[in-house]
Amino acid sequence: MSRFLGSSITRKITMALLGLFLILFLPVHLGINFLLLKSDPEPFNKAAHFMATFWLVKGFEVLLLASFLLHIFYGILLQIQNWLARGKQYKITNYSQTSFFSKFMIWTGLIIFIFLIIHFMNFYFIKIGWVQGDPENFYGVAHQLFNIPAYIILYVFSFLILGFHLAHAFWSAFQTLGWNTAGLSPVFKVLGILYAILIPLGFTLIPLIIYFS
Amino acid sequence: MDFKLKIWRQKNTTAKGRFETYNISGISPDASFLEMLDILNDQLIEEGGDPVAFDSDCREGICGMCSLYINGRPHGPDHGITVCQMHMRNFKDGEMITIEPWRAKPFPIIKDLMVDRGAFDKIIQAGGYISVNTGGVPDANAIPIRKENADLAMDAAACIGCGACVAACKNASAMLFVSASVSHFTLLPQGRVEAKERVKAMVAKMDELGFGNCSNTGACEAECPKEIKLTNIARLNREFYKAHVS
Repeated sequence: MSRFLGSSITRKITMALLGLFLILFLPVHLGINFLLLKSDPEPFNKAAHFMATFWLVKGFEVLLLASFLLHIFYGILLQIQNWLARGKQYKITNYSQTSFFSKFMIWTGLIIFIFLIIHFMNFYFIKIGWVQGDPENFYGVAHQLFNIPAYIILYVFSFLILGFHLAHAFWSAFQTLGWNTAGLSPVFKVLGILYAILIPLGFTLIPLIIYFS
Repeated sequence: MDFKLKIWRQKNTTAKGRFETYNISGISPDASFLEMLDILNDQLIEEGGDPVAFDSDCREGICGMCSLYINGRPHGPDHGITVCQMHMRNFKDGEMITIEPWRAKPFPIIKDLMVDRGAFDKIIQAGGYISVNTGGVPDANAIPIRKENADLAMDAAACIGCGACVAACKNASAMLFVSASVSHFTLLPQGRVEAKERVKAMVAKMDELGFGNCSNTGACEAECPKEIKLTNIARLNREFYKAHVS
């Protein structure tokens, strides 16, 4: 059993499963965010209220937070092991043809993590009472933030980076789970690229529409 | 052709190494890279210097001994071949060529460009074999094998264990090497008998020896002289959790 739990492949599989769970969560979040485009704050606030109070969603929220933290923890752990495995660096860095974004997963992940802290300070920490604010009017908070150009730039930049992270992550998760065969691998690659473009695009369009309308 | 060579020189495993620069001229474009190094070594010996230590054996691309990291790529700029099969016409006249040894913690440098790849032997010893009962030679067609599986197993068995995958990987991961061995056996009925024990033991040994984790970057596949595919790594992952879960 320890050979299973302590194995590098188990750690990678855990990373992949947590990552896929987060990938499943993003469209749900995006769906709710689209309600911000309505002029009536009620539907969005209702959805936010439902997400904050319904017991099943609250359970899901714990799972989601744990997934984020574990995904970050394993990501850092694996990266440190990887740096140690090389030992002395090459004078000339390898420039083989590879999955480009895979080389920067720790850094794109770090930027997403920083955005997540800012995002939590604006919303989640208000909900749990760590930061002052009205948890029943997240529509107002979002609209306020989406009228600050600097915040929109930060928001769009963070989702661009998320797109880079997802461009490798989606296909990579299925590779780690062992689903990639000669036939399926290109399919997951295309789906991953589409996902990495469409989801961040959806998220970034919302503040841009609000700001310019 | 004339070249400027920047070569990693290191007396032994514990010594501090450094780059030395050498000039070499009159090299035929049809000379292999190792022949060019032989000429350099002759030159160094004649001058009373210490020849550059590098590994080579068959010099026909099948033994997996040669292991040079040239201008940022294991086995040099050409694709799908070992360094012994690469010719000097792949370089420009007068070019500066930087030659480094494989860099990975589990592959300590023995001298100059020679590294100890005994770690791969230890992984193979952990499970990269079939326990064969002695006796008469079985008939070749006694066990039916699907053509598709026979082909995939043969492709995986093409791995020569040179270590270019580890050298190319940004994490110094040995997953492509282990996956080639596991795939080669697991796809064949003879290998399936010990499939579970094999994958568990080989992965455990790989981790124990300090190779990095696979990031699915694909540098290994891009640089493998035998063009071993990444789908073998997916198969290894599959076999690994199947062995532990079932």
